[in-house]
Amino acid sequence: MAETGRLTAPAAPAVSHVTLVRVAIIAAILLTWEAVAASGLLFRDVVPSLIVIGRALIELLTEAAYYWHLGVTAGEIGSALLIGGLAGLAVGIALGANPLLSRSFEAFLYYLGPTPKIIFFPVMIMWFGVGPGSKVAMGVLSCFFPVALSAAAGMRGIDKVLIRVGRSFRASTWQMVTKIYLPAMRMPILNGVRLGLGVAIIGTLLAETKLSNRGLGFLIINAYSTFNMPRMYALLIVLFVLSIGVNALIGRLGGVDSRRTR
Amino acid sequence: MIARAQRSLLPLAIGVGTLALSIAIVEVLIRVGVVNRFIVPMPSQIAGAFERVILEEDIPHRFLVTAREAFWATMLLALVGVSIGVLLHRVKLLRDATETWVAAMASAPTVLMYPLFLVIFGRSERTIIMMGFVAGLPAVILKTIEGLSGTRRVLIDVGRSFKLSQTQLFWKIYFPAALPTIFVGLRLGMIFALINIVGVEFLINFGGLGQLINDLAERYDLPGTYAAICFVVLVSVIFFFLTDRIERWLRPAD
Repeated sequence: MAETGRLTAPAAPAVSHVTLVRVAIIAAILLTWEAVAASGLLFRDVVPSLIVIGRALIELLTEAAYYWHLGVTAGEIGSALLIGGLAGLAVGIALGANPLLSRSFEAFLYYLGPTPKIIFFPVMIMWFGVGPGSKVAMGVLSCFFPVALSAAAGMRGIDKVLIRVGRSFRASTWQMVTKIYLPAMRMPILNGVRLGLGVAIIGTLLAETKLSNRGLGFLIINAYSTFNMPRMYALLIVLFVLSIGVNALIGRLGGVDSRRTR
Repeated sequence: MIARAQRSLLPLAIGVGTLALSIAIVEVLIRVGVVNRFIVPMPSQIAGAFERVILEEDIPHRFLVTAREAFWATMLLALVGVSIGVLLHRVKLLRDATETWVAAMASAPTVLMYPLFLVIFGRSERTIIMMGFVAGLPAVILKTIEGLSGTRRVLIDVGRSFKLSQTQLFWKIYFPAALPTIFVGLRLGMIFALINIVGVEFLINFGGLGQLINDLAERYDLPGTYAAICFVVLVSVIFFFLTDRIERWLRPAD
């Protein structure tokens, strides 16, 4: 009998090529940045040294006031997502469940959704005042549309068999929503919430940069007004890390969920 | 046939009718004093302010300013975004290393960098154009990669059987096949760019239509502010509608 050797996969390199390329790109960017900062080619402080930015970042993260402002912004975004998300969900379910309603009103949502929401800010100030109310309203206005459109699409994508099963059990409207519709459309809803959160963050923070005395948006525009560039960079880094992190977290939740349903 | 036409007109009638009814209800509520007219102007006042805003605030010029900014941002997106997309498609290692970064950038609130751009480019059209460009860039890159990667194998094989060079293969096979998807990316990029352009105009009080809203709001010209907002929304809706139609026209039948 002929002997057969055991096939073994070639050992993976300790550090993949992709990781090496990533490290090289990051290193090149940081080195270029530092070189530009040291050369004085641009206006002084527009491109501060990485050490100065790092120091500003540490200073920011050890500041008690920063966490207070972060709390204000998080509260505004959370409230906006709750109100806008629930309203979007209700409208989306109604549109998705009724073809006539969908054909009558969904085009409004589809075309109004991508309009620049920040232009409604003067109206929101008149309606809700200069405090957090107008910022929450901006967040609500921003996140309502993606959640509603995702929920409507999700509703239409529900397996008809599930709906017939619910009806054959004589489920009430509330039971249909909680036992059939919502569990069956959790993925589109999660996607809608993800998109909604992204635009709610933008809407709320832009409003804070325009007219506010609290929140991360206010801190950014305050750093601009005082020409404190290292602090502005530090704030933008924190903001980007938080936004991308929360977005990835919701995406991961969706991923876990989809794996579980397979 | 008449029944079908009635069926297709009914939703439109319901939609437009509901909108008209809502406007009429708001008008009545303001007239009877339930809603404060110093916070929400009457819809009839807003309609009356349209002509004044268009004539006195030089809307055509402001529209052209915003259109010019959107045009340059789109040109930059087409040039830089599509080129980066092509590069990442050609160099697989680079694509594997950076595609998740580009996707992360798409979800990042880049518009909040506008104070930084103000410092770098000054309070000028360049800041607004660059903000529009940055906002639309990830969508164009990702869709270009998607379009090129989705080229059907049989088309590439046909090109190879004709012994096309890499450049010919790109221009004769990959690029035409990816064009509809690239246009989807450009459309998305243009939408993000336009949103940011009008938004930044409003925020920094400079430029075309966005600045007009800020100006009117600061003058406390309520009917004018509402009319200007309606005008910008109308322009945006027409823009999205037209680009949507072009995208559908370009999309392959299958």
